[in-house]
Amino acid sequence: MHVGPVVVIDPGHGGTDTGARGSSGLVEKDVVLQVGKILRAELERMGYRVVMTRNDDSNPSYEDRAALANAYRDAIFLSLHVSSTGATGNTRAYFYQFPVPFQATDTSLLSNVVKQGSGTAIPWEEAQRPFAEQSRRLANLVQIELMHRFSQSPNAPTPAAVRNLRSVAAPAVAVEISSVSVSDPIALTSLSGLFAASIARGIAAFRPMPTPVPGLP
Amino acid sequence: MPRDLKIALGILTVAVAVGLISLRGLHRRMQGLAESQSSDEKARREVLAPEISTPSDVAQGAKIFWAAGEDRVTATTVELALSADPVQRGKQALEALIADTPSPEQRTIPADAELLAFYILSDGTAIADFSDALSSETPSGIESEQLVVDSIARTLENNVPTPRRLKILVHGQEAETLAGHVDLTGFFDLNPPNAAPPVPEPSSVAPAASPPPSPAPPKTLAPGGAPKPRR
Repeated sequence: MHVGPVVVIDPGHGGTDTGARGSSGLVEKDVVLQVGKILRAELERMGYRVVMTRNDDSNPSYEDRAALANAYRDAIFLSLHVSSTGATGNTRAYFYQFPVPFQATDTSLLSNVVKQGSGTAIPWEEAQRPFAEQSRRLANLVQIELMHRFSQSPNAPTPAAVRNLRSVAAPAVAVEISSVSVSDPIALTSLSGLFAASIARGIAAFRPMPTPVPGLP
Repeated sequence: MPRDLKIALGILTVAVAVGLISLRGLHRRMQGLAESQSSDEKARREVLAPEISTPSDVAQGAKIFWAAGEDRVTATTVELALSADPVQRGKQALEALIADTPSPEQRTIPADAELLAFYILSDGTAIADFSDALSSETPSGIESEQLVVDSIARTLENNVPTPRRLKILVHGQEAETLAGHVDLTGFFDLNPPNAAPPVPEPSSVAPAASPPPSPAPPKTLAPGGAPKPRR
């Protein structure tokens, strides 16, 4: 039986939703799937159990992506993206930023909260809120690793309302690398391995495997 | 090869060549037409759009937040006639944000995007409704979409002291994302300089133009292994 966290890798977009498109024909949905598969192999090599929200050119809904992570008690959610513009190799880790609690809104939300079993239920739209601090810490560790390998990257993670993260009831981070605007696609795709390795190191710093099992598939 | 066949082949080759040349020319003309239609539309809007002017307008330095690089916005003070009415003031500031961009590099909101409506609910929620171009012409990406949101939010909070949070609509509807990444289903904080803590009014009622609250039952999940919401 597997022990330890489950890492849910979420390659953004898919299917008819290409995400960012470059003039060279590079599309975000393909690049993030490639990075996702490399990241999966890297994490499995480190002993993590990994699941992906998509393994092909499908486009699960935001809710289906979140539901996959929410089905596990000890999950870490990583959403992968590529920007439309920007210098090649600029990388950023994002954590979800909710607005400051607003009394009128909060009153309505509180009325939606119900108790289930021994635990308090969380409104689906606000599922990420209780994990905000853990997500910020995970984003910080991932950003530190990215900064070491991609010199143009900032030294701190960025708060942003990334849709893929909102309904995830687990530490959740989105990572974006720039960009599909490169004239030669290889300039970006050649960074996939380094990008994935940096993210894997950030995850390992956040939630180390208790007993690494080398060679575990 | 018979002479007739040679002549037929020659004519066919010439016809194909003429056809290809014509197609390329037609394609170029169509592209040019599309570009000129877009810029014509923008020019027409700029000429015909009624200038937002109210009796209480006073020329003053407005802080408009345009891009300063790919990941941040900074304030530029521009002389602008601003109304004492917060709603009109908000419209004036956002119109300036779209129309008065100093340079293409500083642009955040797409040139073809329009502010369709702007109003402030009595609970302090500002609603900014933009045309479809906001979604369709903003470069897809977390960074680029966040830049758009930041420019709108910072421009509003520095020129309109009343609202405390912002809702962005696209063509009168709540959009799932701005251009594939940044969540528009929620609200964005507005923190006017020197603002007192917000005092929401629970009895506030939205104007007729605003979407009614959804009557859908609450969607909840339990930590670890809950069902996904009904869709």
